[in-house]
Amino acid sequence: MSAPVIRVRGLVTRFGSQTVHDGLELDVRRGEILAIVGGSGTGKSVLLRTILGLKHPDGGTIEVLGRNLADLDDEARRPVLRRMGVLFQDGALFSARTVAQNIRLPFTEHTDLDHRLVTQLIRVKLAMVGLPQEAGSKIPAELSGGMRKRAGLARAIALDPDVLFLDEPTAGLDPIGAAKFDELIRDLQRALSLSVVMITHDVDTLCAIADRIAVLLDKKMVVGTLDEIRAYPHPWVQEYFSGPRGRAAQAGHDAAKGRKDD
Amino acid sequence: MDGEGSERADAGWARARFDGAAMVVALGGRWTLANARNLESSLARVETKGAKAMTVDMEKVAAIDSAGAWLLHRQILRWQETGSEIALANASHAQGSLLARMAIESEPRRPLARPTLGAIGELATRTGEATVDLAEEAHALVSFVGAVAATWLRAWRRPARVRLVSTVHHVERIGIDALPIMGLLAFLIGVVLAFQGADQLRQYGAEVFTINLLGVSVLREIGVLITAIMVAGRTGSAFAAEIGTMKVNQEVDAMRTLGLDPMETLVLPRLIALAVALPMLVFFADAMALAGGAVMVIAGLDLSLAQFLEQLAGAVTLSTYLVGLVKAPVFAILIGIVACYEGLKVSGSAESVGIHTTRSVVKSIFLVIVADAGFSILFSRLGI
Repeated sequence: MSAPVIRVRGLVTRFGSQTVHDGLELDVRRGEILAIVGGSGTGKSVLLRTILGLKHPDGGTIEVLGRNLADLDDEARRPVLRRMGVLFQDGALFSARTVAQNIRLPFTEHTDLDHRLVTQLIRVKLAMVGLPQEAGSKIPAELSGGMRKRAGLARAIALDPDVLFLDEPTAGLDPIGAAKFDELIRDLQRALSLSVVMITHDVDTLCAIADRIAVLLDKKMVVGTLDEIRAYPHPWVQEYFSGPRGRAAQAGHDAAKGRKDD
Repeated sequence: MDGEGSERADAGWARARFDGAAMVVALGGRWTLANARNLESSLARVETKGAKAMTVDMEKVAAIDSAGAWLLHRQILRWQETGSEIALANASHAQGSLLARMAIESEPRRPLARPTLGAIGELATRTGEATVDLAEEAHALVSFVGAVAATWLRAWRRPARVRLVSTVHHVERIGIDALPIMGLLAFLIGVVLAFQGADQLRQYGAEVFTINLLGVSVLREIGVLITAIMVAGRTGSAFAAEIGTMKVNQEVDAMRTLGLDPMETLVLPRLIALAVALPMLVFFADAMALAGGAVMVIAGLDLSLAQFLEQLAGAVTLSTYLVGLVKAPVFAILIGIVACYEGLKVSGSAESVGIHTTRSVVKSIFLVIVADAGFSILFSRLGI
């Protein structure tokens, strides 16, 4: 197996006297969809920010694509950042620019392609995330929440990153929209051979598209496939999967699996 | 082939060759965004000699991303336009499906830029929009003043509804917290005024009238005007930004659903606080400006404090002071109404908060000066 795209070793995160992560370890394999789950306040978003280099770790190392971001200066960091795409919770689109300008930004920042080719690539990305072409000329405030997420995704995959980070991709979407978004992510992951790291609360998403699940428990990470995690004897995990929402999603998942096996 | 580009192991390339009678375009290397320029030129150099049928052989392609796939797709379309039949060979499943995604020709092509009407059209549109906006703005502001007045009257009848804690808190922020900067500012203005006045009046040997100049101008106009402008900048902007941020966070909506009237909870305490604090600040600014002037006059004109006070007492009367002071509550209400109005007009984004904060400051300073001119006319008619 090739080297993991992200390797977290002994990560420590503190806020004042409060320790959020204590010796956390995590590997993200190439080409997988890894879902990070955990209760509120267990530091999922902080972990994501730390991996992205937006926050300095208080201890331990993080290697992204074989490079330790903390060791690199801004100049050396750029090529690594270029290979990562991030979809923030509400898209984090730049509100003063149109969607097309938002998608164009990474191209002008990181490449020297001519304007026409970039325009064509923007059209391709819009089509890839399932947005109509006329969405390109709109500003984010004119879009619905679901469309904003798609536009954010289009910006995140603009440069064909190796790793895609998603922060609660289906939060705030209706169940149908969420299921479609899950499909879209799976679809793009296959087409572009992405490694995907996503934070989610959505049990449906977990069951539908995650290859492996990482659970933040007691400041550490427990990683496994859905079945392994389901069997993990920790009260939080048990409650998570055996609560009413968990059971419903599970039933759907098993049914789908059953159909496949027939 | 292009010399250095194709020799690099990680570059992408395209080459045409004849395989018996059939034309084969062999692709290889990394078809990725980083190589896009080199791929574009490489593709442009492929000489197909108008072949009727071509095979695109992807066997040697090491990697392909959406940029590479798009370039290939675009080229295939061009070849097809010249009447060639294209077949793909040795494409992996993933490569095939990525290429299939590039087929966006069927989608209606819409401009990606926002539609524009050209320079003249834009000018006309904006002029029209600005005119309509102005009318709507005037209407909305008048309605807002009415709503404030109605709230005020309600509060008058039922004083218990006035948020006393909030009001006192705002008085502290508007008034007491502003004392140091207001005092310094007024003191320096007094110094400058006395210095310039003495300089001019010396030519006529009338230096002592510097004190008259100082007393009348500070008490009637400058004290209250400087204070109002300072408060518009310092407090008006803070009000607009505070209320605006609450709008963005939907706090104002939350208040309404909880049955709280934003007029009563947000606007009224701020207005009352301004109406109370501004006159007090004006009093302080007047005193500090006179003190600044006194320091300048005593040091520069070689007068004693007693002489200064005597001359001042002869120059100004109580009405001079009151003429200045009576404007303060009016200015306070103007500033408060504009600031709260702009704050409540914020919608959606962080940008909107900035726009309305700026507008609140500009508008309230403008209105303060207009009102001051109005007062001047009024007082001269009244002969005060």
